[in-house]
Amino acid sequence: MSDAVASLPDSPDGTIRPAQSVVTERPWIRWLLIAVALTFLALFLVLPLITVFAQALAKGWGAYLAAFTEPDAQSAIRLTLTVAAIAVPFNLVFGVAAAWAIAKFEFRGKNLLVTLIDLPFSVSPVVSGLIYVLVFGSRGLFGPVLLEHDIQIIFAVPGIVLATVFVTFPFVARQLIPLMQEQGTTEEEAALTLGASGWHAFRTVTLPNIRWGLLYAVLLCNARAMGEFGAVSVVSGHIRGLTNTLPLHVEILYNEYNFVASFAVASLLAGLALVTLVIKSLLEWRYADDIAAGTRRH
Amino acid sequence: MISGKPTRTALAPIGRAAFLGLALTLGVTGGARAQSEILNVSYDPTRELYREINAVFAEEWKAKTGETITVRAAHGGSGAQARTVIDGIPADVVTLGIPSDIDAISKISKKIPADWRTKLPNEGLPYTSTVVFLVRKGNPKAVKDWADLAKPDVKVITPNPKTSAGGRWNFLAAWGYAYEKEGKDKEKANAFVGSFYKNVPVLDTGARGSTVTFAQRGLGDVLPTWENEAFLVLEEFGKDKFDIVVPPTSIYAEPPVALVDANVDKKGTRKQAEAYLQFLYSDKAQAIFAKHHYRPIKREAAKAEDLALLPEIKLFKIEDVLGSWDDIQKANFDNGGLFDQLSKAGR
Amino acid sequence: MSEAPRPKRRFRQRTVIPGFGLTLGYTLTCLGVIVLLPLATLVAKAAGLGPAGIWAVATDPRVASALRVSFGVSLLAALTASIFGGIVAWVLTRYDFPGRKLADAVVDLPFALPTAVAGIALASLYAPNGAVGSQLAKIGIEAAYTPVGIFIAMVFIGLPFAVRTVQPLIAEIDKEVEEASAILGASRIATLTRVVLPPLIPAVLTGFALAFARGVGEYGSIIFIAGNLPYVSEIAPLLIVIKLSEFDYEGASAIAVIMLAISFVTLLAINLIQAWSRRRFGYV
Repeated sequence: MSDAVASLPDSPDGTIRPAQSVVTERPWIRWLLIAVALTFLALFLVLPLITVFAQALAKGWGAYLAAFTEPDAQSAIRLTLTVAAIAVPFNLVFGVAAAWAIAKFEFRGKNLLVTLIDLPFSVSPVVSGLIYVLVFGSRGLFGPVLLEHDIQIIFAVPGIVLATVFVTFPFVARQLIPLMQEQGTTEEEAALTLGASGWHAFRTVTLPNIRWGLLYAVLLCNARAMGEFGAVSVVSGHIRGLTNTLPLHVEILYNEYNFVASFAVASLLAGLALVTLVIKSLLEWRYADDIAAGTRRH
Repeated sequence: MISGKPTRTALAPIGRAAFLGLALTLGVTGGARAQSEILNVSYDPTRELYREINAVFAEEWKAKTGETITVRAAHGGSGAQARTVIDGIPADVVTLGIPSDIDAISKISKKIPADWRTKLPNEGLPYTSTVVFLVRKGNPKAVKDWADLAKPDVKVITPNPKTSAGGRWNFLAAWGYAYEKEGKDKEKANAFVGSFYKNVPVLDTGARGSTVTFAQRGLGDVLPTWENEAFLVLEEFGKDKFDIVVPPTSIYAEPPVALVDANVDKKGTRKQAEAYLQFLYSDKAQAIFAKHHYRPIKREAAKAEDLALLPEIKLFKIEDVLGSWDDIQKANFDNGGLFDQLSKAGR
Repeated sequence: MSEAPRPKRRFRQRTVIPGFGLTLGYTLTCLGVIVLLPLATLVAKAAGLGPAGIWAVATDPRVASALRVSFGVSLLAALTASIFGGIVAWVLTRYDFPGRKLADAVVDLPFALPTAVAGIALASLYAPNGAVGSQLAKIGIEAAYTPVGIFIAMVFIGLPFAVRTVQPLIAEIDKEVEEASAILGASRIATLTRVVLPPLIPAVLTGFALAFARGVGEYGSIIFIAGNLPYVSEIAPLLIVIKLSEFDYEGASAIAVIMLAISFVTLLAINLIQAWSRRRFGYV
């Protein structure tokens, strides 16, 4: 700003503008930007969401509800819940352990470790599925061993769980690491000096400090786990009533010309997404400071 | 639940939570296998067909043996389905769209013997089919024969022949038609198929994807497709929206079935799986094939009204023109084959 | 990693906090089994082709074209998402208007909405007979089943990255600096371009890179809306699936490894941007 003139600006009409206006734009620019932003959000985000519900209800509530009473739909719901019930706690434990090791200690190679944990974020879902086919498929790395012992990993629940764990792997860790880093180690050190055990210090000091961030991360992790399509599609085998998750069931119904049912099941997932967003927003408004550290990343 | 010690050591590096998760879920699949359950891995358009077949077979099996059987089905592009069998999906039987896909399973994984076509009647074909055209009501582009599909102003919707059996039958049908018409000139036949694929705006991975693109999304003027699929569209979307055009000649499409020997022996389901395949040749099943607009091999078992819907077409067998399925697959659809050359040149 | 080795440097610094061995060991075990081992298998599979073989796959016209579509469209989509995402972030933090909080919550929708659901919704919306597609058709734009469709899907999934990386920084801008700039005589435009925007650039770049990386790999939402036509609207992840259906595991792995390498470079770039921004502006 070396070339800035060191005198008060002259407004066109010769008066000095109120202080507020120097840090914002003229009203018409403001409203134009708001209009652009809202139109963009409406066109790209809100409209698809409305479409899901509109198409789902295109033939009335009877047809809508019928989509969920079908046995294949129910087994898809059960499978999706099962997969999330295994994958989310797994990533929760992993995320907390990883965040503890990374945030509370200084050691060499930390940046590399963080980058590696991040890796699944940028791996294509299809590749995430492919790698497990290469490891556990009949002709894969462990294929012969698994075959010998009659263990089915891919095209069965374990493969779907593994692929889901992979795609949601960084969620909890990435949320907690900056949060725990920001909180430092003094409180834990105090507790330990006063004689608390490590586990006790974690439970009574660390956990309360990170609980909202943790809940927030688990929520997102869960939404992604229940909604994963590409990776699961590669390892599922699409066996009806056995290895179809809800997103796969959406695709199947769509391919069976059963568009109403397809969008009905999709609306269930969209509803889950909405609930996730609502809770997430509530958490953000109420505990903004507790979770702020991690949000920058995703 | 998990048998044997070596397994446990193989899994040991996985964290305890993961191990518990695995054990838990293995338990689920392990438990399911104890019941009598067989898996039919099938191609894309047979969803409705096998839903009915499987239910009727289960009923019959129960009456005959007292055993409750569940026949599971998995559907997808024929090539993709063959891939899952190769990679270890526990399929008892495969019912795919084209013989070369079963050949691939046999060759790559050895789970099916090479002479699988000799194991069942009629070379493993309980039914056959052909390719017809689905056009928009009134046939605005006046599509009558294969030649019309290569005209510059006609948009054709067909699936990717690399992944879909239906796509491969369409390809071969167009090629065979041109070959015959151009006085058995391979170059001219290749050129015809090239202009045919120039008219394709969307290449879906499976026959179903193409049908949805054509019927639901409103793209394209003509959908060359499985005969059964064309009828299904009329039933699902209404006869007032589409017409079926039957070309004077078309291909003798062979969607074969086979037992996955390695899997049934491992699972101990050989008896059930063999009975299931035999059932496909029974009068009852044959009638169901005709009802779903497939061409049964025992016409006498089918209802006359179902048969009446299947038009008389002059059908040619592609093996008579191009030789073995090995050669057909290699020359046309494998990496660097005719389809690859055409799509490269078509740019 | 890059620090010069100091004498008697320990692997980790001393602290009274327990559980280092346990948590790090567990972290590494999980990372190894879930992420590294499978990825290593992939690399090994592709390596079976040899460098010449991988190069042959990468330069195969159809593969090269699919990679071009994936990376090219993703670049455009990430650019669009960054520009509009920047506006959205600015509007959401700086202005007050009815429905602001709702709009703010909606931004995260693509994070939470399954990609397959987004795919069928976008396809039915932008198809020639869909609500938006029919309007676009009137002005001669074919959206669904063309690269435009891929673009739309990629903007959809990339948007939250673009908004959420920039938003907290806009909120942190010290208004006094802007006031100072204005009082010193700078016009609003000059204040924006010289005072407000420069510190935002690293965040915008990070958001851009994340949206880009996500778009390149995206599969679920795109296959429903792309035409999947070789050389035109076929994306690299779909080509992996096609290669698998052709039983070409090596080819599929080679494409996957190429994509992985580029993703890794993107991630590295993000980290470098952040390191640079830490030095330049003192925060991420």
